[in-house]
Amino acid sequence: MLYTLQHYWWLVVSLLAALLVFLMFVQGGQSLLFGIVKSEKEKTLLINALGHKWELTFTTLVTFGGGIFASFPLYYSTSFGGAYWLWMAILFLFIVQAVSFEYRGKAGNLLGSRTYEIFLFLNGFLGSLLLGVAVGSFFTGGSFLMDKMNITDLNLQVISQWTNPWHGLELITVPFNLLMGIVVYLAARTLGLLYVIKRIDSDTIVPKAKTQLKVTGVAFVLGFVGLLIALFTMTGYSVNVENGIISPVKYKYFFNMTHLIWPAVMLIVGVVLVLIGIGSALFSKGKYSFFVTGGGVVLAVWSILICAAFNNTAFFVSNVNIQQSLTLYNSSSSEFTLKIMFYASLFIPFVIAYITYVWKALSKTKISEEDLDRPDSHKY
Amino acid sequence: MLLASLLDLSRLQFALTAMFHWLFVPLTIGLGFIIAIMETYYVRTDNKFWKRTAKFWMKIFAINFAIGVATGIILEFQFGTNWSNYSWFVGDIFGAPLAIEGIFAFFLESTFFAIMFFGWNKVSKKAHLLSTWLVAFGTILSALWILIANAWMQYPIGMEFNPDTARNEMIDFWAIVTSPIALNKFIHTVTNCFVIASVVVIGISSWYLLRKREDEFARRSIRIASVFGLISLIIVIWSGDGSAYHVAKKQPMKLAAMEGMYRSQVGTPIVAFGILNPNKNISQLETDSLAYALEEPYLINISIPQGLSLLVDRKLNTFVPGIEDIIEGGYTYIDGDGNEQVAMPVRERMKKGKIALESLAMYKKAKEAGDEEGKEMALSLLKENYPHFGYGFIEKPTDIVPNVPITFYSFHIMVILGGFFILLFGLTIYLDRKELLTRFKWFHILAIVSIPLVYICTQAGWVVSEVGRQPWTIQDILTSNASLSGVSSSTVLTTVIMFFVLFSILLAAELTILFKVIKKGPGA
Repeated sequence: MLYTLQHYWWLVVSLLAALLVFLMFVQGGQSLLFGIVKSEKEKTLLINALGHKWELTFTTLVTFGGGIFASFPLYYSTSFGGAYWLWMAILFLFIVQAVSFEYRGKAGNLLGSRTYEIFLFLNGFLGSLLLGVAVGSFFTGGSFLMDKMNITDLNLQVISQWTNPWHGLELITVPFNLLMGIVVYLAARTLGLLYVIKRIDSDTIVPKAKTQLKVTGVAFVLGFVGLLIALFTMTGYSVNVENGIISPVKYKYFFNMTHLIWPAVMLIVGVVLVLIGIGSALFSKGKYSFFVTGGGVVLAVWSILICAAFNNTAFFVSNVNIQQSLTLYNSSSSEFTLKIMFYASLFIPFVIAYITYVWKALSKTKISEEDLDRPDSHKY
Repeated sequence: MLLASLLDLSRLQFALTAMFHWLFVPLTIGLGFIIAIMETYYVRTDNKFWKRTAKFWMKIFAINFAIGVATGIILEFQFGTNWSNYSWFVGDIFGAPLAIEGIFAFFLESTFFAIMFFGWNKVSKKAHLLSTWLVAFGTILSALWILIANAWMQYPIGMEFNPDTARNEMIDFWAIVTSPIALNKFIHTVTNCFVIASVVVIGISSWYLLRKREDEFARRSIRIASVFGLISLIIVIWSGDGSAYHVAKKQPMKLAAMEGMYRSQVGTPIVAFGILNPNKNISQLETDSLAYALEEPYLINISIPQGLSLLVDRKLNTFVPGIEDIIEGGYTYIDGDGNEQVAMPVRERMKKGKIALESLAMYKKAKEAGDEEGKEMALSLLKENYPHFGYGFIEKPTDIVPNVPITFYSFHIMVILGGFFILLFGLTIYLDRKELLTRFKWFHILAIVSIPLVYICTQAGWVVSEVGRQPWTIQDILTSNASLSGVSSSTVLTTVIMFFVLFSILLAAELTILFKVIKKGPGA
């Protein structure tokens, strides 16, 4: 039972992460602030179109944090407490985002509109890049030591310790992590462009977005292919369920895909959807491009994250002592807690249902500059 | 350097972020309901005045909401970044409410927030009203789960220690969710938020009256806020009384610190007003006990005889232990099951705590060696001594005493201000009834000055709760010191400075935006 629940919860948190990457179209859109929009009115239009959705992305990030804390607390403890600076950088980038939408257009905002626009841009570009780097560490691991029994040693006490002084910043220099960061950013930017095309009614912004999509979309697809090649050729670490011993396995993630098959199917369907979505936006009206590409991104990211931990794979490897790596088995919450959380998670479809309802209710018409001048609208 | 230790800095960072968070969240929670009431009037009467009024308070709500969200995420992540031992040691229990809060409350708030602000012309009036109520409901649902988590730290129940994973594991979810302390904390905190929002609404409205602007808007807003505020405050006081009762049972040292009470007596008095003797320092008890004994606890002490006994046990002659009594033990008390017990000296608990820690280490060794007998022995020792586990991390008995002056003054400031707000609400309702709200300048000024006071009051309440429970992150089970991450103090100092600078800027920006919006007024 515990075994099943551990896998169930990895499915749930990795789905949350995949949904987060999709919803980071908000971040991708923010990164367009100093690109496709020029005039103040255009900027305001873009920010308002994104501003209707930013909280959904933010909430998904917070829930992902809570979900992984509840289901795999050892990861929360080891990665957050160890890769301190990486997570702090992410935190700061998200704090400044949360206030920027509301404060940017307000009189008396102290720092001036441009500062808040820079905040949004930084969150859009660096925020998504660094979250990608953090996701990359599911495959490349970190420099930590972990021993739960350290709590009994009054001189040491700390359960997990990062062994280099950079505390996570060094993860950015790992080529695979950086590539993951770039791909996540490109995915967010592609989705941001598709969202703009779908949501905004403007003769100036939309054509520019379509032109941008050609570059960004192609870069995203190429980057993603590069990422898959790197992923499938790298060495992963396998855990023996009986004795917990961890050992390196060449092409581990490729074998995870071919052994389990269903994540491979998800990945292929995901890639196809992404291609159809981008293609339909470029070559036809692309009414559903945003959701098709978004769905593809969710499936692709989800399948990759599943392969990070399923099939007895260590999902957060200690590069200092691989035997202290984190697996689904040694890092999860107890069976009882996972079961309670399972019941709670049954409400997730209900949550998705009302989010969909509200999304639809608010997106019946495109958003235009005229809308912003209506007296009844809350303007960012 | 004064703040050299990792523990002090990590606590400072948590306190800074939590107190900052608590500047914005209570107004959001309270105002959500006031707005919902106003919008309900609008839907029922179709009077545009109420729509305009509700929309003005929504603007204030939105400015606050953004920064509340921004600061909330830090608190969640900080458990991992700065309290990583804690995150593993009790994550099995503590993580669940946080995740449930995300699934149930945050999505509700953020989704319907969108309709509340952008949906005026896109959904029906009733659907909009429902959304506003759902946002308000979402804010208290969020408060519920986070307070369940907090209450569990102060009164850990429903769990069992697992020596194989070296952590506490949940065994009874409902015990945690329905803990009387959680329920009490929830009621106390949420009604406190209602009081804060009411005082803010009265204060801002009074500013308009002072400026002779927006007369009708101000008077009607005050009417709703004063009644809502007074009812809420009565519940705050009632639940505060319940809170003192629980603190006495579960955290006697916190109560002793709240009262600045070092030695107690049968029929314990309660300090109505007091000034502590700054030379009375508990750490001297071990280094210079004579000098310590010569110092009186208070410089000024006006107390109500037998008040504390009555408050915490509903009896006149109960013995409520003081700080030294708790350290020395030996007094009798009634435990949670209603049995009479003799309090154990802290030194004894420290010994037992050390045994618990050592037996866990022994258990690990025996398990690795395949020594079944050794395992059994270690396990039985561990079980026997586990209630004192946290005391194993304590170096000297006086370490279990929280900062007495901070706890004492915060508690009394909170209580005195609570009393002041009864008068404020009472006066406001009286003036409203007599149609005198617009007349007295002094009342308008008093109402405006009350805004900072209500924030001091609520912050003081949290200081009592959180400083008063030191040195524990989990009462009797885990100390703050043993909860830390393995980062250097200079690293944490850097982030403390970064947070402080960022928060100061954001707060300044928030206030200037708020002032501009208020100045423009609801007519804008």
